[in-house]
Amino acid sequence: MIRFENVGMRYGSGPEILRDVTLHLEPGSFHFLTGPSGAGKSSLLKLMYLAERPSRGAISIFGRDIATTPRRDMPAMRRRIGVVFQDFRLIEHLSAFDNVALPLRVADAPTRQVKEQVSELLTWVGLAAHIDARPPTLSGGQQQRVAIARAVIGRPSLLLADEPTGNVDDAIAFRLMRLFEELNKLGTTVVIATHNRTLVDRFDQPHIHLEDGRITVERTPKGGAG
Amino acid sequence: MFRPHFDLPLRNDGSQRFLPLIVALMVYLASLAMGGLLVVHDAVGRWDRGLSGTFTVELPPAPDTGKDDGAVESALTVLRKTPGVESAEPLGFERTAKLLAPWLGASIDAGDLPLPRLIDVKVDPRAGIDTAALGAALAAAVPKAVLDDHRRWLDRVIRAALALETVAAIVVGLVALAAILAVVFATRTGLAVHHATVEVLHLIGARDRYIARQFERHALRLGLRGGFIGLLFAALTFLGIAAAAAEAGVVRADIRFLPALSAPPAQWALLLLLPPAAGIIAMATARITVLRSLRRMP
Repeated sequence: MIRFENVGMRYGSGPEILRDVTLHLEPGSFHFLTGPSGAGKSSLLKLMYLAERPSRGAISIFGRDIATTPRRDMPAMRRRIGVVFQDFRLIEHLSAFDNVALPLRVADAPTRQVKEQVSELLTWVGLAAHIDARPPTLSGGQQQRVAIARAVIGRPSLLLADEPTGNVDDAIAFRLMRLFEELNKLGTTVVIATHNRTLVDRFDQPHIHLEDGRITVERTPKGGAG
Repeated sequence: MFRPHFDLPLRNDGSQRFLPLIVALMVYLASLAMGGLLVVHDAVGRWDRGLSGTFTVELPPAPDTGKDDGAVESALTVLRKTPGVESAEPLGFERTAKLLAPWLGASIDAGDLPLPRLIDVKVDPRAGIDTAALGAALAAAVPKAVLDDHRRWLDRVIRAALALETVAAIVVGLVALAAILAVVFATRTGLAVHHATVEVLHLIGARDRYIARQFERHALRLGLRGGFIGLLFAALTFLGIAAAAAEAGVVRADIRFLPALSAPPAQWALLLLLPPAAGIIAMATARITVLRSLRRMP
């Protein structure tokens, strides 16, 4: 699913944010990505969701080498990746419904399918009453759930989330993690960057730990799986 | 719950508020240039058609003695013998004076001025009359007789008209270029203002064409709106000019000092193409600008 080989990354001519990152994530796997602030978690995710290119090394996603993939093929690859951004990146002038519907619309999904799926998912994340609300009128937690709904609406093969539970209470965090696990059981590969040790411990999934741009630890679950 | 036409809030974008006004101004200027071009083109065509079957023979003024020197009859004899001449009609003093009235006034006395005697000749344009030979024959029959086929005057007018048409075409081209630059600037500003939203669309898998479509539809709308506003003001200007020219150009009901500002309706209808052209230029420019900008994204 995802292969990084000796990947390095820097922004412009700045210092290397990621160094010699090598990792292989199998299809259908679930990983936490942990590490202190500034360790490079968000940059690693940006490489995974094709927002940035590596400065060196090789990246392969869905079996395709990113360096040799034509630009015209990138949108189709991105549509297989769901992303929950740390700052949500909701479009403020669109309603919750329209924000969640975006991935389906850019994929030219039929209007009826869009309506059914988006309504169902917004109900599932507890936002049925806020379907027409615009993001600025929603609380941080509600915005986060809209962002998560937008990331999963297209049933992505790869789900990447940057601190997806940072603004919600424990009950909702637990529920959202269950959603990610359900998607994972359906075959979606999941990578969640988080500071939340409690969450990592509670869900007992393998995790990758980053320190100063390098992977320092790759842990398998206590249960021994993975 | 309805599907919005725009994922990007371009309609509320203050950076593009002035684009319709700029396009309106451009279309207004282009309309004036094109309208002028049409009028000149039509006037030259009418003069050309009107003069292509006519000659004027100019004979020296009649002698002071008041006796007929037979010059007019001699010239008419030469003309009537020439194949292709359909009619040859001497202009009496009254008609000559009437032609000169706009310049000399209506009260010309026959004895005051040594007016040349004129013969209005109508010919078959297809006959291919040798004007040089005819001129020589007339000069042989009547000394100092001159045959004027109006070609020299018309050639000068046509050259001047061509120069005007070239200038008008350059003006239209420059106006289109200025409109393109305005749209490029507005589109780039829009891209900068909405960069975050564009990036989100890009990252969730929107193709460049999907994003560009939003800008191009918006530009089309603004271009059309500006185009029709510009054309409306141009139409009002033309009506004003036509009214002023009619008032200033007509000396008497039957004598027109300036040519009428007119062109066939089909040619005026060409101006109706300017607003759609402005919209299409704006749309295409926005599309190209956005696609080129997006190409810089990974």
